[in-house]
Amino acid sequence: MTVNAKDKAKMVVVEGSFATAHAVKTARPQVISAYPITPQTHIVEDLSQMIADAEIPNCEYINVEAEFSAISALIGASAAGARTYSATTSQGLYLMHEALFNAAGMRLPIVMTVVNRAVSAPINIWNDQQDSISQRDAGWIQIYAEDTQEAADLVLQAYKIAEDKEIMLPVMVCMDGFLLSHVYDPVVLMDQAEADRYLPPFKPENYLDPKNPKSFGTFADPASYTEFRYDIERAMKKALVKIEEASKEFGDITGRYHGGLVEGYCLDDAEVVIVSMGSVLGSIKEVVDEYRARGEKIGVLKVRSFRPFPGEAVAKALSGAKAVAVVDKSISLGRYEGILFTEIKASLYNTDVKVPITGYIVGLGGRDIRAEHIKEIIEETKAVRDSGKITVESRINEIREELL
Amino acid sequence: MKITYGAVCAPGTAMENKTGGWRTFMPVFDYSKCIRCGICETVCPDMSIKEDKSTANEKGKCLYKANYDYCKGCGICANECPKDVITMTLEEK
Amino acid sequence: MSEPFNLLTPGHNGCAGCCDALAAKYVLMGAGPDCIIVNPTGCLEVMTTPFPRTAWNVPWIHSLFENGGAVASGVEAALKATGRKGNTKIIGIGGDGSTMDIGIGALSGAFERGHDITYVCVDNEAYMNTGVQRSSGTPIGASTTTSPAGRASFGNNTNKKDMPAIMAAHGSPYVATTSIGFANDMIRKVKKATDTVGPCYIHAHAPCPTGWGFDSSKTVEIAKLAVECCLWPLYEMEYGEVTAVKKVKDPIPVEDYLKTQSRFKHLFKMEGGDKEIELIQQVADRNIAKYGLNK
Repeated sequence: MTVNAKDKAKMVVVEGSFATAHAVKTARPQVISAYPITPQTHIVEDLSQMIADAEIPNCEYINVEAEFSAISALIGASAAGARTYSATTSQGLYLMHEALFNAAGMRLPIVMTVVNRAVSAPINIWNDQQDSISQRDAGWIQIYAEDTQEAADLVLQAYKIAEDKEIMLPVMVCMDGFLLSHVYDPVVLMDQAEADRYLPPFKPENYLDPKNPKSFGTFADPASYTEFRYDIERAMKKALVKIEEASKEFGDITGRYHGGLVEGYCLDDAEVVIVSMGSVLGSIKEVVDEYRARGEKIGVLKVRSFRPFPGEAVAKALSGAKAVAVVDKSISLGRYEGILFTEIKASLYNTDVKVPITGYIVGLGGRDIRAEHIKEIIEETKAVRDSGKITVESRINEIREELL
Repeated sequence: MKITYGAVCAPGTAMENKTGGWRTFMPVFDYSKCIRCGICETVCPDMSIKEDKSTANEKGKCLYKANYDYCKGCGICANECPKDVITMTLEEK
Repeated sequence: MSEPFNLLTPGHNGCAGCCDALAAKYVLMGAGPDCIIVNPTGCLEVMTTPFPRTAWNVPWIHSLFENGGAVASGVEAALKATGRKGNTKIIGIGGDGSTMDIGIGALSGAFERGHDITYVCVDNEAYMNTGVQRSSGTPIGASTTTSPAGRASFGNNTNKKDMPAIMAAHGSPYVATTSIGFANDMIRKVKKATDTVGPCYIHAHAPCPTGWGFDSSKTVEIAKLAVECCLWPLYEMEYGEVTAVKKVKDPIPVEDYLKTQSRFKHLFKMEGGDKEIELIQQVADRNIAKYGLNK
């Protein structure tokens, strides 16, 4: 995302986590729950300092004793009518697993930043996207940030989407751990006046109130359970539109637009397209710039919304390509495929877009993704374009054989 | 019925469920022995014994009547009544 | 006397003689209509809220099984942040399984943080809703489906976890044990707990006709026997000190209580069962000594 000239003067160099925490502050949260886990902790630490300095009025900050309680406290708070926020990672997100489904099923518009980290075992604190992507069935909207500016800006957009009366679903803002959370980047900090213009106060229709007593979280027998689940699916469909609207409106107010459901880069005449999510896109785009300078028709597709999955938008974006490679930072064990790859492959299967598509799993457990790795992927995909044949459909890109 | 966001329910709707059909025995009151202590109302798990305000004496104490739409015939009222006012009687249907 | 009963309506699906229904009724009578109930998964939750019907005339939320303490913390925080706290009482009501086992972490966190909530444990001494499995509230000698009496077993062989002591250790200003056999005492204690600022804990003994094996008419009677044989002492604690005790002038032998329930009937039939009953009597005797019940 290129920055407007006038915004350059407003830029400050801060840690990615601070930019996100600052954005949360401007969203006027009312209940924040916090539990430490690397590499998310700086976000909740920054928020707690802001609270200690009385910078966030009318906000309760709860130091819970486990991530399960972090999300559960937000379930109670959101049902009681408060705007809520938390941040977590990997093992903490997994501890919340049951409650994630519960929050979505109860249609509570909780917003949570997931700072992506690899999952145990073996224990590893560095970045990959396994944690949030493996919660894809929970009913949460998931949007993946490419850089620290987007990760911060997404907080405001997340509330806009979540609290929409036709949506009322919780939203995960996903940002790569360390690569985005701990890096010091020049960003434009969210302006409070712009935030207030963009995001109205939270006014839910149903909330716990002795003057208007209602029961939340009743049980549904086989006669109605299906319809409740289907209703979430309907909301996801509406979210496909709302995510684009929210992003565009944010761009209109702040001048910063990060894309809608997907975003193309040098895509129009691209014959070879590399698809990915998150911070690795920055590296991929730099390598593609080199190819483009030599006149080669390589392009990039950024997937921004993972849930709801933008199948139509992806198919449209890839319709002109002759070979596609999906770069994943996750793996579904037993399938030997990255999860974004599987979903893209599946969403193209019954369409007219019949392009050979291969998958590469990179960066697991925070392993460095080098320019030469990306070049390797592009060269192999060029070979697929030229031959029309796939030799290896999916693999981990760079296995250190000497360790096995 | 229509589903709601998160299965939220309006209050007191359980009263549509007339649980009186569950019982085999029903409480029958012999008010001649009743001392209007109210224990039967207190111990009913189904909130199915209520004061009958039309029977209030000069001190405002009333007799108690069962709500047979909901009474499940558990018999706690009969068991706890200090004056054996209530007899659990096989209900003829 | 009649008004507060409307806070829980008839038409719920509790068994005839249900102890949870009585416990909820007395909690609401003590708390009044200005409350919000947080109810983890269990008999009470399931029997009162089959969509689209609810028996609750107060705001009520059920989330999961083990997060009652955390959800209550969040509700309290939300009311404070949105300026709506007023005198509204936030009350968690959970069974022994959800309070003492799976939910103890979340409850401990809530109490340690000092949220202004009252938590009531409705203790029917097993996981009743799933079919009478053993919990840390199950007493010595009780036969449950996962601690059954058998040729090589007298049933559950551990004593009840002393949950009131654990919650008092968190610095709670008010902790009390209650019994659904003593309605006025329970209502008074719930009112005191909900009127006290800070995290307060009520442990309510609740005999379950279905799970313990007795006629539905005996729920209140058996609750009284538990107190009269001193297996369930009624006391109040403020900041960890016992400040009031319900005396039992002439404690009855534990047998008089045990023989009323089929979950203990094996103790009266098996060889060596009398030794088990002696162990149970020792539990009662320790309570008498510790709380000065018969002084």
